[in-house]
Amino acid sequence: MTDTWIILGASSTIAKAFTRSVAETGANVILAGRRMDDLETSAADASARGATAATPVMFDARNPDTFQGIIDSAVAAGGVLNCAVFVGSMPAQDAIDADPALVDGTITDSFTGPARFLQMLAPLMEQQADGNIVGVGSVAGDRGRVGNYVYGAAKAGFATYLSGLRNHLGRAGVHVLTVKPGPVDTAMTQGLGDQPFMTTADAVVADIHKALRKKRNTLYTKWIWWPVMTIIKLIPEPIFKKMSI
Amino acid sequence: MQWAKDQSYAGWGRVKRARGDIARPETPKTLTADAPAIGNRRSYGDAPLNDGGKAIDMTRLDRIIAFDRNTGLITLEAGITLGELARILAPQGWLPAVMPGTGFATVGGAIAMDVHGKNHHHAGSFCEHVTSITLIQDKPRKITPKSGALWKATCGGLGQTGLIAQATLQLVKTRGDMMLVTERRATDWDHHIALLDGSDALYTVGWIDATATGDALGRGIVEEGETCKGLRPTPRTAKKIPFDAPHWALAGLIVKAFNAAYYRRVPKSGRTVVRTIQDFFFPLDKIHDWNRLYGKRGFHQFQCVVPLDQSDALRDMMTVIARSGLASPLAVLKRMGSGRAGFMSFPMEGYTLAVDFPNAIASRRLIAKLEAATLAASGRLYLAKDALSSGPAIKSMYPEHPKWAAQIAKADPDGLLQTDMTRRLDLRTTQ
Repeated sequence: MTDTWIILGASSTIAKAFTRSVAETGANVILAGRRMDDLETSAADASARGATAATPVMFDARNPDTFQGIIDSAVAAGGVLNCAVFVGSMPAQDAIDADPALVDGTITDSFTGPARFLQMLAPLMEQQADGNIVGVGSVAGDRGRVGNYVYGAAKAGFATYLSGLRNHLGRAGVHVLTVKPGPVDTAMTQGLGDQPFMTTADAVVADIHKALRKKRNTLYTKWIWWPVMTIIKLIPEPIFKKMSI
Repeated sequence: MQWAKDQSYAGWGRVKRARGDIARPETPKTLTADAPAIGNRRSYGDAPLNDGGKAIDMTRLDRIIAFDRNTGLITLEAGITLGELARILAPQGWLPAVMPGTGFATVGGAIAMDVHGKNHHHAGSFCEHVTSITLIQDKPRKITPKSGALWKATCGGLGQTGLIAQATLQLVKTRGDMMLVTERRATDWDHHIALLDGSDALYTVGWIDATATGDALGRGIVEEGETCKGLRPTPRTAKKIPFDAPHWALAGLIVKAFNAAYYRRVPKSGRTVVRTIQDFFFPLDKIHDWNRLYGKRGFHQFQCVVPLDQSDALRDMMTVIARSGLASPLAVLKRMGSGRAGFMSFPMEGYTLAVDFPNAIASRRLIAKLEAATLAASGRLYLAKDALSSGPAIKSMYPEHPKWAAQIAKADPDGLLQTDMTRRLDLRTTQ
């Protein structure tokens, strides 16, 4: 049976690469994002690359009224429902320091918006007792660091949510994969200068598909971030609070 | 657009380098024509460089905007590569009408250089299959072959008329996604030319042993290809050159030995083999960053075309190259048709020769001699390869240069799209 993938945050660099990878297998893709004209082009691109159907739909993490329409489009497309979440926003920490109101948007974009959407989707997934949910978090969610702890906190919340959702849906046969990428060469990181263990969107997507095949629960990509974050998580707080990494 | 500050980048030959701010937009909306566009920088010299200025990396604007499977008309964002297009389209029965020797070239770059392929003698140049281009000047503007001088200044026009943001191509039907390739030995120069002249295959190209002298001068392998149906073999994973090779890696004796082995690989009686489209069109792409084989100092590619009646002049050039012992294994001889789309397009009916040389004083002296010989033979140099020529030489090789320069003056009056190449060759002035 054909797969139907809801792609939340479809204009992001990783989402674009992911969309192409599933389009080439003949899946239906529901491209959800804010920039409709851009999504129309991405839908045409997905169709030319082999998607059975490609539908652009409006999605705004900060406006829950947009959520039901996406689910309706996906159900209308038929096939086995799947969802991949690529949304999130990362204002610079000093911008947030200057304007604390930015905290709300960051948490909504990266955590509560997608969590509410998945909560609405969960009963359908449970009912079909099949399919995958891919949630993209970040290594930044593993420990609050001075550089971007609001974004980190949002991603930490999302990771915990995904863990619970896995616990919930796993019983029904729905697989939930938490992806924790390190720096990826995307629009978000371009201009930030050289980043440690930088990877590409295509490499992240290849890792995601491999992890889905193996039914992995959490994926660090590049893999090196698993040992790195394990060590960082082990640093005692009295020492960690004096570090800036 | 977001600018990454003070980036270092180079042309494919890695001799010409530049530093400057680079934007890499992900959505076409933010594009403004205030800096030249660059793609995957497969031009060898300084065509994709703007040292001390800004450049816009178009490679993330790489979507298919519309594809009509009945007519083969496809509209694309200009950053998509021809290799990606071939990979997606061949299984669906279509191919770009013209494909250069690397699949990493972008559609925008292919237009700006009006590139040619192994089928130039039948199909003409890349831009002859482009039906419209969206140019970004102060605002977006769609041009077609009916747009006259602006069209001719854009095709092969080094990206100086505006940012090439989108293009519509007329694809050609393909019988399948494999190639049936016949390889024959050409024993010497005259035989090589005769085989190329006599070939009526859809795709024809000659690999030439640029180190063979005496009776063997000009020997090589003539490859003729047709698309065919076939079982797709498992894809080969790309290899990567992980570090800069030492400068002696491509020294005389090694190259001579390699070339002799490469020549003898094809039996005397010739052979017919089945290859993937990628292996046939983009043979070097499976070794990523192969330009690092030439080490830190980089390399030059000399490519010229001379008219049909000047094949003797080309043989004399080949003699000088072979005697110098400087050439690398990568050398190509091909017969071209007359197809060209723009004022500054490279092709002319005749023979084109391309040879790589490691970047060294002796090589640069040799290339200067070859340029003079090209000029004397009423031929021309390919700007996608050039890093060493001079403005007066190039301008006399391209008789329509004044018409091009006049269009550029109108299209980009403030000179925002200038590159290191247009400055080095002083291309934007008519004198």
